[in-house]
Amino acid sequence: MINRKIAPAIKQPVEFNIELPDCECYTLDNGVLLYYINAGAEDTLMVNWVFSAGNWFEEKRNVAIAANQLIKNGTHQHSAYEINDHFDYYGAYFNRNCYSETAEITLHCLGKHVTNLLPMVAELIQDASYSEEELQIYKQNAQQRLTVNLLKPDFVAGREIDAMLFGEEHPYGKYSKHEDYQSLLREDLIAFHQQHYKEGKVVLFAVGKLPEGFLPLMNDLFGKFKWKPYTSTIIEPVHIIRPSAEKKKTIIVDEKGVQASIRIARPYIGKSDPHYHELVILNAVYGGYFGSRLMANIREEKGYTYGIYSGILNYIKHSGWIVSTEAGIDVKDDTIKEIYYEMDILRDELIDEEELLNCKNYMMGAVLGDLDGPFQVIARWKSLIVQGFDKSFFDKAINVIKEVDAPELRKLAQQYLKPDEFYELTVI
Amino acid sequence: MIEYKRFQLKNGLRVLVHEDPTTPMAVVNVMYDVGARDEDPLRTGFAHLFEHLMFGGSVNIEDFDGALQMAGGDNNAYTTNDLTNYYISIPAENLETALWLESDRMLSLAFSEQSLDVQRKVVCEEFKEHYINKPYGDVWFKLRQMAYKQHPYQWMTIGKELSHIEHATLSDVKNFFFKHYTPANAILVVAGKVKYDQVEKLVKKWFEDIPGGVKYDRNLPLEPEQSDARIEKVNAPVPVDALYKCWHIDDRLSHGYYAADLITEVLGGGSSSRLFQQLVKEKRLFSNIDCYQMGSIDKGLLAIEGKLVKGVSIEEGDKAIQQIIDELCEKGISEKELTKIQHKTESSLAFEDMSVLTRANNLAFYELLGNAALFNDDRSKYFAVTANDIKNYSQQIFAPTHSNTLYYLGEN
Repeated sequence: MINRKIAPAIKQPVEFNIELPDCECYTLDNGVLLYYINAGAEDTLMVNWVFSAGNWFEEKRNVAIAANQLIKNGTHQHSAYEINDHFDYYGAYFNRNCYSETAEITLHCLGKHVTNLLPMVAELIQDASYSEEELQIYKQNAQQRLTVNLLKPDFVAGREIDAMLFGEEHPYGKYSKHEDYQSLLREDLIAFHQQHYKEGKVVLFAVGKLPEGFLPLMNDLFGKFKWKPYTSTIIEPVHIIRPSAEKKKTIIVDEKGVQASIRIARPYIGKSDPHYHELVILNAVYGGYFGSRLMANIREEKGYTYGIYSGILNYIKHSGWIVSTEAGIDVKDDTIKEIYYEMDILRDELIDEEELLNCKNYMMGAVLGDLDGPFQVIARWKSLIVQGFDKSFFDKAINVIKEVDAPELRKLAQQYLKPDEFYELTVI
Repeated sequence: MIEYKRFQLKNGLRVLVHEDPTTPMAVVNVMYDVGARDEDPLRTGFAHLFEHLMFGGSVNIEDFDGALQMAGGDNNAYTTNDLTNYYISIPAENLETALWLESDRMLSLAFSEQSLDVQRKVVCEEFKEHYINKPYGDVWFKLRQMAYKQHPYQWMTIGKELSHIEHATLSDVKNFFFKHYTPANAILVVAGKVKYDQVEKLVKKWFEDIPGGVKYDRNLPLEPEQSDARIEKVNAPVPVDALYKCWHIDDRLSHGYYAADLITEVLGGGSSSRLFQQLVKEKRLFSNIDCYQMGSIDKGLLAIEGKLVKGVSIEEGDKAIQQIIDELCEKGISEKELTKIQHKTESSLAFEDMSVLTRANNLAFYELLGNAALFNDDRSKYFAVTANDIKNYSQQIFAPTHSNTLYYLGEN
């Protein structure tokens, strides 16, 4: 009989040498860079256009997101239906996403269809028409979605905590109101598209089994656009952070709500902090994975919630550190108490060696799993490049996981996990 | 084409091995042939609650997650109306840790009162988070009850009501475990950077001495053919009226299932689909509308749901949907539309196959359906559906007496 009480020997993941596989770079005639990996077993591929076109750059609320969402709703040559039908006919997925600094469009398709699809993407970027009719439908439906979302405590909590941290006028803190949709004009979108999509700062990514002639085709279609390389310097709007004056806030969405959305957050400078990578590990121990202290205490020991996490916000210029959970209404105060209690312990006591090793091993396994395949690898490269980093940032992250020790983490906890620097929001 | 090899242990455990040398990871997927459809109607939600208890310590290992994290692994699980699936992703060097952990909880659990107590609460919070504290969150409780009068698909995996979960006892837990969580009722898939010989040796080492148990004989009541259109109206504190409709479709192994899946593409797949283009864009009756099917093993449901534009009556919305359905039943689809949905299917299958975790999961699922080889037949089964099939199956599915309609009306 085998002895099941003895765990099989493991290779300590913390000892793995994890390298970020290379990606290649091709320069279009206009100087814009296309990062790509030509690999993959299936005939699948992804092309991604990243524009400096997030809400950081809008002068009026919701212009950036509307310009992004409606880019596929008609050009001067094709109607919205014809465009949708074209992408659907070739089995492609055409997605748009708008963030604070960047806005993107992404094409997923089979390699054999890509030459039929790229010209349409080029047409949208150069010639989106933003018709009045499409804008009206968008405004109406976006407002209905907003009306429904405002009844969800987690939705309200998510946007309100950002406003508390950064202020309602800051791109990271501002959120959509009905009147912001109502005041959107077709001219706003056309002007924004002209400045940030037709002529903006751009970087491209591609991955998969790239068909022959893919790079020259990209250059033919996109190399003549009046784009600037993503890293070129332009004068950017300046936005000042104005955090909320009140540190604690409660919002009632539903008097009869059975759960409370709890958000507890502090401002943090983010990836420019020389101790950023160490903080990522401290965050993991605190609430960053299933084995974290918040999860162990508040879910696995007390059963107050289905899940509780802490995380560092993924903005480029500033950031925040946030704890989020949905907890039973009758245990909400106790949940909040425990969230601060776990901060106290991290400030006062050294993390146990075994626990730290567990966290490090988990993180190394997660990084390894995250690099599983060319699509994941290019995603890593993209997050580095878009945020202005290179491979050394990745290498440093790995190195810090290997090296950081408990005293250093306690020092960081003492610096950052101070309850009076946190904003506290409860939405019921 | 997904390559795999298989073997079976003497205790009945079916094992599939799928080698993929391009990934640094190994995947261990254990699928148990039990879902919410196998529950006692008075103790619903139990299969899912049980899934939580599988992480509360096994007979020889106190802390499942901790041991796995130490080896660099990650895991999760889900329960559906049909089955329960557990999966681990771990650096391939540490494959044995995953097999050690999974085999011990297949052998027996710790059956800790404290774990049951906590997980009851956690699941109640999950119930509240997803189904109570959310506008429209209770829709599928109502729709399932309307559509199924006999078959246990009439309740959700989370359970009919909170009280069923609150009243679960440790003896329920033990009975459930020894009835369903046996090698005879399980499928193990090991995939990724592994070698067949290595897997066979390790699986034998850890799983072979687990008692096989009795193969569970599923004998569920069949849902009789629906003979009258059903309609219900509810009022709820929501800001926008919503319309939900569903119809019965064939079981997972039938030709009709594939046709039904493609019908959802015609009606609701993407922004050029019929429902979206006509009702959201042209007539502007709905702010959003979707069409999907549940992917059930037994006879499942095809659903259409949409939120009405403020000021549009729900009856008008319902009528407009019916017109689109009537047109489909009467005229079918063009060859070009057929090509379009085939392209979509081809593409979605290709993207799905990229992840080794999904491949492992799918192999287990098709083995549960009868034979993992079915996985590789899926594509050709979709392509065997003709334009004529789409028309014929539409007429069958959307027969007027087969519809279930829910008017979910706001307070204003």
